[in-house]
Amino acid sequence: MTGPLADARRTVDAVWRIESARIVATLAKWTGGDVGLAEDLAQEALVDALTQWPESGVPQNAGAWLTAVAKRRAIDRWRRDDRLAEKYRTLAQELDEAHEDEWQPIDDDVLRLVFTACHPVLSREAQVALTLRVVGGLSSEEIARLFLLPVPTVQQRIVRAKKTLAAAKAPFETPEPSEWAERLGAVLGVVYLVFTEGYSATSGDRWVRTELAEEALRLGRVLAGLLPREPEVHGLVALMELQASRFRARTGPDGAPVLLEDQDRTRWDHTQIRRGVAALARADALGRGRGPFALQAAIAECHAVAPSVEATDWHRIVVLYEALGRLAPNPVVELNRAVAVSMAAGPEPALRLVDELAGRGELAGSHLLPSVRGELLTRLGRRDEARSELLVAASLARNDRQRQVLVDKAAALG
Amino acid sequence: MKYMLIMRATAEAIEASKDVDFEEIINQMGAYNEAMMKAGVLLAGEGLTDPEEGFVVDFGADKPVVTDGPYGEVHELFNGFWILEVSSKEEAVEWASRAPLGRGSKLEVRRVSGEEDFADYADNEYIQKEAGWREEQAAR
Repeated sequence: MTGPLADARRTVDAVWRIESARIVATLAKWTGGDVGLAEDLAQEALVDALTQWPESGVPQNAGAWLTAVAKRRAIDRWRRDDRLAEKYRTLAQELDEAHEDEWQPIDDDVLRLVFTACHPVLSREAQVALTLRVVGGLSSEEIARLFLLPVPTVQQRIVRAKKTLAAAKAPFETPEPSEWAERLGAVLGVVYLVFTEGYSATSGDRWVRTELAEEALRLGRVLAGLLPREPEVHGLVALMELQASRFRARTGPDGAPVLLEDQDRTRWDHTQIRRGVAALARADALGRGRGPFALQAAIAECHAVAPSVEATDWHRIVVLYEALGRLAPNPVVELNRAVAVSMAAGPEPALRLVDELAGRGELAGSHLLPSVRGELLTRLGRRDEARSELLVAASLARNDRQRQVLVDKAAALG
Repeated sequence: MKYMLIMRATAEAIEASKDVDFEEIINQMGAYNEAMMKAGVLLAGEGLTDPEEGFVVDFGADKPVVTDGPYGEVHELFNGFWILEVSSKEEAVEWASRAPLGRGSKLEVRRVSGEEDFADYADNEYIQKEAGWREEQAAR
């Protein structure tokens, strides 16, 4: 699409990206907490903008304009509707004329919007879709493109999410102190899920995946602005910056993934690494210790600032994995700790850790444990055991490329 | 995509700014920066000190010539920048238009080049040389 109409559309989209969260938050507050209605009203105002702005130009305060139009539309609608709930009739009476200068978006309302979009009554995928829609200002088409989903699927998810919120009468509030940690964890989890979808997706266009990660980073920075006193928010931003700094080194010319140890470190984005390090420092400066995201960020930082695999501070990484394992026990973390131990202290103590994990029956059915075990046995010169372990791993591998790498390693042992 | 917003003040802008309370300028700039920070788009930004503290390296002659500031005939002074990460050119336009700059000021907005701009040069000799140099380093 080209021409003046397309130009107008792109301008309106740009304003929408900047303003939508505050507009929807303001409207949600105004409608007594109905996020679904608020979003519908905002979308209607957006349609008005599309028809009026090409003629009149973008108003000086576009956010105020859109909010005022949305309110007027709501009032008109409510006035026409006799069967309407008393609550809305009162609102319509109170707000005779919505005046543009009155528009004072409040960060707290945006924060309420964030927590509502990630409300526990919603499934994780509904939280993701709704957050990108109402906080990120993305259209259903954009969300569908980024997640490689059909547009109707995304639209359905959003419609259903709005209904679920309404049915559950989810209050438009930030959580109580007793629920705060858990609810904040859910919000951070949604943002990180968007990021990892972009970071580790095995299919799809590479640029699209980068876009998804950028979207997550943007949401993370928005959260850091809203909750500057929450160390884990900065920890999450740090983790995403540090992981994203390796994007361009993660795939070779043929599109095959390049392992960390083989990556060309000059291709890492060092400006982004500095941003990640700074975000982690902000988390630490709050003096409340490191949560799981900050700890993962600290591990990523060890890699990011090391000139080579050999020069990496593996002892520090071991300690960080230990701390992470205490905070959020997880067999994959344990396995990663074992790998770090092998780099810091050699394969023998690492193998003991891996065998302990295997003895507890952890990670059964995953190729991860036997492939690490195979590597360690190889380094110890126990070739026969290593070969059979790597072949076990190959038989459990999830995709052909992984399987081939493991088969090749086994074959190299003679 | 990243864009750089480059502040350029003309003599007119500098003259006009003398009438404005400096604290007012700080407040407006602060609010603008904060808005971009809260929208998650601001990656970096710096203001530059007076050109008297700077200098120019001129590559016009056989050897570079270093001249102390101010730059004499320069009509527009580059005096600060922001780097934004946004999803479209239009979004960059929108943010740039909101900068609290006075009459006579200009913002030059340029897209920061990324990997995609060098896709045709992946086998560039210099890049390959660098990779070889890195291997040597690693082997040591």
